[in-house]
Amino acid sequence: MKSAVYCALLLAFTVNADEVDYSMARANMVDEVQYYATLARDTAEDVLNKHVMQSLGTVERHQFVPARQQPFAYENRPLPIGHGQTISQPYIVALMTDLIEPGRDFVVLEIGTGSGYQAAILAKLVTHVYSIEIIEALADEAAARLARLGYDNVTTKLGDGYHGWQEHAPYDAIIVTAAASHIPPPLVQQLKVGGRMIIPVGGRFMTQQLLLLEKSDDDEVITRQIAAVRFVPLTRER
Amino acid sequence: MRRLFLATLLISAAAIAYEILLMRMLSIVQWHHFAYMIISLALLGYGASGTFIALCQDFLKPRFELSFSISGLLFSIAMVACFVLGQRVPFNALEIVWNSRQFFYLAVTYLVFFVPFFFAACCIGLAFTCRPSFINRIYFFDLLGAGLGAMLIVGLLFLLAVQHALVMLAILALIASALMRMTSTARKPLIVMQLACLAILLLGLQRDWLEMRTSEYKGLNQAIQVVGSNVLTVSSSPLGLLTVVESPRVPFRYAPGLSVNTDFEPPEQLAVFTDGDSMSAITRFDGNLDALGYMGDVTAALPYALLHEPHVLILGAGGGADVLLALYNGAGNIDAVELNPQMTKLVTDTFADFAGHLYDNERITVHTQEARGFVARSKDRYDLIQVALLDSFAASGSGVQALNESYLYTVEAIQEYLQHTAPGGMLAITRWLKLPPRDNLKLVATVRDALQKMGIAEPERQLAIIRSWNTSTLLVKQGKFSADEIAVITEFARSRSFDTAFYPSMPASAANRFNLLDQPFLYDGVTALLGEDADDFVARYKFHIAPATDDKPYFFHFFKWRSLPEVMALRKRGGASLIEWSYLILIATIVQAVVAGVFLILLPLSRIKRSWPQGTGTRMGSYFFLLGLAFLFVEMAFIQKFILFLSHPLYAVAVVLSGFLMFAGLGSACSGRLTHRAERFGHSPVSIAVAGISTIALLYMVLLPVLFQQLMGLADGTKIIISVFLIAPLAFCMGMPFPIGLSRVANNIPDFIPWAWGINGFASVISATLATLLAIEFGFTAVVLLALGFYIGAAATIHNYFSPLENRP
Repeated sequence: MKSAVYCALLLAFTVNADEVDYSMARANMVDEVQYYATLARDTAEDVLNKHVMQSLGTVERHQFVPARQQPFAYENRPLPIGHGQTISQPYIVALMTDLIEPGRDFVVLEIGTGSGYQAAILAKLVTHVYSIEIIEALADEAAARLARLGYDNVTTKLGDGYHGWQEHAPYDAIIVTAAASHIPPPLVQQLKVGGRMIIPVGGRFMTQQLLLLEKSDDDEVITRQIAAVRFVPLTRER
Repeated sequence: MRRLFLATLLISAAAIAYEILLMRMLSIVQWHHFAYMIISLALLGYGASGTFIALCQDFLKPRFELSFSISGLLFSIAMVACFVLGQRVPFNALEIVWNSRQFFYLAVTYLVFFVPFFFAACCIGLAFTCRPSFINRIYFFDLLGAGLGAMLIVGLLFLLAVQHALVMLAILALIASALMRMTSTARKPLIVMQLACLAILLLGLQRDWLEMRTSEYKGLNQAIQVVGSNVLTVSSSPLGLLTVVESPRVPFRYAPGLSVNTDFEPPEQLAVFTDGDSMSAITRFDGNLDALGYMGDVTAALPYALLHEPHVLILGAGGGADVLLALYNGAGNIDAVELNPQMTKLVTDTFADFAGHLYDNERITVHTQEARGFVARSKDRYDLIQVALLDSFAASGSGVQALNESYLYTVEAIQEYLQHTAPGGMLAITRWLKLPPRDNLKLVATVRDALQKMGIAEPERQLAIIRSWNTSTLLVKQGKFSADEIAVITEFARSRSFDTAFYPSMPASAANRFNLLDQPFLYDGVTALLGEDADDFVARYKFHIAPATDDKPYFFHFFKWRSLPEVMALRKRGGASLIEWSYLILIATIVQAVVAGVFLILLPLSRIKRSWPQGTGTRMGSYFFLLGLAFLFVEMAFIQKFILFLSHPLYAVAVVLSGFLMFAGLGSACSGRLTHRAERFGHSPVSIAVAGISTIALLYMVLLPVLFQQLMGLADGTKIIISVFLIAPLAFCMGMPFPIGLSRVANNIPDFIPWAWGINGFASVISATLATLLAIEFGFTAVVLLALGFYIGAAATIHNYFSPLENRP
């Protein structure tokens, strides 16, 4: 009887501790992301949109990674999610989301749903997120996960992201998380005038820079390479 | 004794073949630079076997045949078992940046591959220790076997898949095990085990447990998970494992550097993955050029806007993308060079219908040769030489290529290309664009040096560069760009939203208009490199962008120690891609080899009671250590020299490695005679051998470049024969110092033999990685000179030392 009580107490304590640990860990992660962002811009001010940071602080990243990765869910690093895919580094997720300058009334297209984490971050900031995934298993898992966690304003589908999702176009912003050798022209066409498209450039575990594409009023397309980090390639003196 | 010699030969052949096979396997399932690290550490098995024998020699010596046979059997089993187990370790090379557990998995991986080499080396070490009067001949068969093994595996890998070649090698080791004649009672159980292993190996051929497990992060594995995708063919050779994938539901659309303004979409494509990564594409072509509209909107199309029906040479034809580019953009005759015959076969045969029988076009001639060698031999002059974008963006970006030698992008190579361009013709090189720029700037520095060496006073008048968001195309003209040509370049770029990064007299304001960077890094860098303060800029730049040369052919090496603290601090802030990992892994390999060598070899040896006079251990230890370093230094440096001459990395490795080992074996066999004669005249045989090595190596350093230049145009077969003749005298001399020293040890301090074997093995492990590191920093000439220093040091160490000892009872 005594041991059963101990077990029950231990179980209760463990469950609570997990919950507390995750929210604390999440808060720490947000602080770390904020700290790195201020370092990158050489300023003491908060440089990332506060709504983006709030979203980062509320979305439960541990729900979007496999069970064996959950202890590391709030470390500021990419994590494997199976099928050769990763969930991006939180710092990069925050930067990307910040760069599209999400507004409440935005409709956003995401190419590469992955685990659904980026879509969930966006879902807290915009009206609706449409997300396309090409790997069937990931698409199914992400759809089920997003539904289970109550992200009703995210719609996912399995398919080819190259031609976007014409039915719901044009979009205020597009996030392309899947690698591509070039920017698909149909996606540029589905972007609203004044809209922004963001593409992380680099390997699965190493984002090199972010590519921001802007469509101006006269339909001219400008791309901007944004380094995640401040790095001057030349020393000042020999 | 014949059985022992044959068994030694078989074990050596299987061991070196297994080493090369593991390099292939690990390059397929992981990435090339980790393969390098794992193998070099696995070779510690050689050193550790010396320690093991030294510790257990009282037990092993009376049971020599049985011990040899069991070691051979265990080698055979371990080859297959470790091949399978090593792939089960959940090591993810890409995650090493983030996850320290990966270092543990890496350590487990190389400990697994340590085991087979340990057993192989036990066989050879036991032979030396237990049959000291036959050391010269055992060493001869050891080296002969290694030479034959290197040739054997290259041939086997052309005929068989990696896993089937593995089974053949395991059978070789089993035969070696069975050859040892035994008198003990253990004979019957051992024969039963040998037969059981043979049965398992033969049955295993039909099973899938030997299948290779490629990292899920490699391009191939990513592609085949896409809904509807399908592997069409797989072909294997020592040049790479080619896998062709179709993806009808989510088509491949490979078009690097495609303009965001384009109205075109690439047609259906098949993806070709080399070693599970580095994707290239075979594009569907039905003869209708209009379907290739996108080919006019990539940065690589720039030279065609300037040239009318040019005669084009494409270096790196791959699946035919650049050939289509040339065809679409109105090229005249096209010579396409591709190294891998299996790649060419995909376009000419297997998928000829899909590719529209592209290579049957009367304007196109395909040459299955190495690019640099083809250019050197060619008598033609081209209007355009196009160096294709061969590596993948991920490989280019993650710094995994730093250890790859590349003779495509050296000062000498650029000179050669330009000498083969017609007046007014151009060299065009397209590269991925990294930020901050690295290879793009290194390429400009290399081209600048090449032009200056050709006596061109104003290189900046002959260069133009444009860039998209992910590629840059460099043009080098044979002559100065005219104002009209510059107008064409700027209009080509503007209409496609590409930026000009450099052209003669370009204003800074034109540098950063469509693909905006924080600063116009490429323009600033190129301008600085072409200005008066170029050397200062190269020194101040935080990446290594000094030109690559044939002596230091490490074009992809960008690492600078000075930048390391800064980029490491930026790792978690999105700066991980700034770190050049390959170089650090090389350093880590050397450190780990030294640490593991001390723990696995030297510390256990130091526990053994010594029976030799004070100072002898240090002196003889130094001798075998220096020999271990020097032999591999020379061998590696000359393999590189011959790669250029033989124009084929495979021929070079097979011919040079086998040649070195076999002629060194002959030298070993003759070393007894040399010793006898030298001592009759009061000379040191080691000094004579070292004098021979030094003279020949120094002579070659001077003569080979000139000789190779003159003979480059000869047929492959003739060049192979000449190479063998050139290698023979050098290798013959190099084969002598080790057995001479070991025979002396056997005569005077036989207990030291396992020490000698262990220390020499330890040095060999360090030398492979150390030679690469030194070549990256100082060039191959320096590596050879250092090796000669080691040889002379070794000769000085042993000089006159054993004369008094030999007279002892």
